[in-house]
Amino acid sequence: MTSETLPDSGTIRDRNSDKSALVKAGLKRRYAAERRFRAYGVAGILFGLGCILLLFYTIGSNAIPAFTQTMLRLDITLDPQDIDPDAISTANYRKIVRQPVRALFPEVTSRRDKRALAAMLSPGAAYAVRQMVIDDPSLIGKRISILVPLSDDIDQLNKGAIKASSDETERRVSNKQIAWFERLQDFGLVETVFNTTLFTAGDSREPELAGIWGAVVGSFFTMIVTLALAFPIGVASAVYLEEFAPKNKWTQVIEVNINNLAAVPSIVFGLLGLAVYINFFGLPRSAPLVGGMVLALMTLPTIIIAGRAALKAVPPSIRDAARGLGASPLQVTTHHVLPLAMPGILTGTIIGMAQALGETAPLLMIGMVAFIVDIPGGVTDPATVMPVQIYLWSDAPERAFVERTSAAIAVLLGFLILMNTLAVFLRKKFERKW
Amino acid sequence: MQAANTVLIEEAEPATHTNAPPKVSARDVCVYYGDKQALFDVDLDIHAHQVTALIGPSGCGKSTFLRCLNRMNDTIDICRVEGRIVIDDEDIYARHVDVVHLRARVGMVFQKPNPFPKSIYDNVAYGPRIHGLASGKDELDDIVETSLRRAGLWDEVKDRAAEPGTGLSGGQQQRLCIARAIAVQPEVILMDEPCSALDPIATARIEELIDELREQFTIVIVTHSMQQAARVSQKTAFFHLGVLVEEGDTEQIFTTPKDDRTQAYITGRIG
Ligand SMILES: Nc1ncnc2c1ncn2[C@@H]1O[C@H](COP(=O)(O)OP(=O)(O)OP(=O)(O)O)[C@@H](O)[C@H]1O
Ligand SMILES: [Mg+2]
Repeated sequence: MTSETLPDSGTIRDRNSDKSALVKAGLKRRYAAERRFRAYGVAGILFGLGCILLLFYTIGSNAIPAFTQTMLRLDITLDPQDIDPDAISTANYRKIVRQPVRALFPEVTSRRDKRALAAMLSPGAAYAVRQMVIDDPSLIGKRISILVPLSDDIDQLNKGAIKASSDETERRVSNKQIAWFERLQDFGLVETVFNTTLFTAGDSREPELAGIWGAVVGSFFTMIVTLALAFPIGVASAVYLEEFAPKNKWTQVIEVNINNLAAVPSIVFGLLGLAVYINFFGLPRSAPLVGGMVLALMTLPTIIIAGRAALKAVPPSIRDAARGLGASPLQVTTHHVLPLAMPGILTGTIIGMAQALGETAPLLMIGMVAFIVDIPGGVTDPATVMPVQIYLWSDAPERAFVERTSAAIAVLLGFLILMNTLAVFLRKKFERKW
Repeated sequence: MQAANTVLIEEAEPATHTNAPPKVSARDVCVYYGDKQALFDVDLDIHAHQVTALIGPSGCGKSTFLRCLNRMNDTIDICRVEGRIVIDDEDIYARHVDVVHLRARVGMVFQKPNPFPKSIYDNVAYGPRIHGLASGKDELDDIVETSLRRAGLWDEVKDRAAEPGTGLSGGQQQRLCIARAIAVQPEVILMDEPCSALDPIATARIEELIDELREQFTIVIVTHSMQQAARVSQKTAFFHLGVLVEEGDTEQIFTTPKDDRTQAYITGRIG
């Protein structure tokens, strides 16, 4: 008996030791695979982080100079002979601001040099004085001290973007202008101040007078229209499809089409908006109203898809509980399901809105790419939006628009980061444990 | 009061049941999920102020039958119910019957406690609110307190009625669900394995509660525990593969079952 069992148990032990050796060998490979996999993941994340940091660094370092502006302090005598108190707004302010500059350089006499000297001032200098007098006509006859902007080329010279050492023919500032500017600095009349114009003005041909406020307001009106259309329609569609619609062929077709809609290139929506809203319904061109309607089309699928996912995530037991108490289907939805799904729906909406905020192509199609100086006052005023403003500025030849483009990108990214943070915050805050 | 007395007498004397008309009576009930038939010609009478236990192996159709009684099956697209179910002389599947009203009369407690993620107070007050049962805040407070008291939960939650119902323990949550169901003043309460997620102490608490609630309500309970069926019910119905095999007084079913399958199930040979 023992002679029979011993070999048996022996083979079992052999097999066991074989097996553990096999497992051990396999384990080594498994661990190695796991380490490799983790290394790939870390490498991927590091690469992504690196790209983002690089992006932020380039945009940030390009944008920083845009936040300051080189100004000149002028002491101006507002001679009643120059300004007719009855026609304040039509006086020749260009002459008024040039006089004190010429007075600083009496040796400049030739017409060409005089023009070159005057060109160092921004056209905004005359506007600034004019505005000051319009605001307070009692200043006429007095001597005022005012900070006026220098032209973008002088500003770039001051910031070092235009180098005095480079060849004169290759820069937009002449040697004489450089010399005059250095004299002005010696007089202590040049000041570098925070560029408030950038945040308060609309677009302009002159970089030193251009601002993103018009685009921000345009974006705001556009987003309001988008939200007002896409949110209610999107939520209603999601609720209907998820809670009320019978599950049949038709709803399946609709579902597939909504998913397809989410994948349609945005420029197609722009063309649709142009054809339907502007050409057919005759709505105004370049208006946030039409822009918002086009972007609403684009945002709708995002909201519907996110909304349905959020509704689906509400546990059926909650619906059963409400139904079991005699709540009608509408009450089940409005009292229980919708409030519980709302954080998810809002998150989806914010992400959809963030996409819409960064959208350019469809707005080009409906004319929001026009050069618009005035700040829009409503949804039907001509306007542009931030990404389009960036696109316009990036195309401008002036060196000073380069930094402004980056500044506008930084502001747009700021808004986007803010919105996405809000979405993450909402998700975290209202995350529920059932 | 008069009625309650007669009922109590009836219970003491099971033989006289047949005199009172049944509260709920199901005839030839067949239920289909798509092409698959889940219940076959079920005939069952459920009497007022009694606890009727539905027992049987998993998948035999107990929940399906229970959900027919308040038409919760309506919410399942593929589900089709045939036959007649009459509650107090009214066919609940008749065209004119409003399910909202029906569910106010036939309340339900589910297997897994499912309080709303709202305050304890709002959980209980929800039913009375949507049905307009209370005319003012005071009356609503009253209903909430009475319901919580009857569910044996009042002493534990009276100081924290504003806290979320989901923060209670499992047993407390289930009692909250019972309080929520009785706040609507239903006539019939359906319970689908109400204790399956609870420990023995919480279970004992709920069983006690069921026994008390019997005075006022008609109760139908699905359970997998023979002991529980024996402890709380007066009547028992045994289902097997979608067929109602046997029904009768609980004592009779558990001591002298007529059908072999019943015998086999209660002795643990099938299940
Ligand atoms: N929603 C549904 N769709 C399709 N079939 C279903 C559905 N619900 C139940 N069924 C089927 O109907 C039959 C009866 O199910 P039911 O839930 O009534 O069983 P049960 O007796 O309650 O079982 P358990 O004790 O496990 O809860 C089962 O075969 C089940 O697969
Ligand atoms: Mg069941």
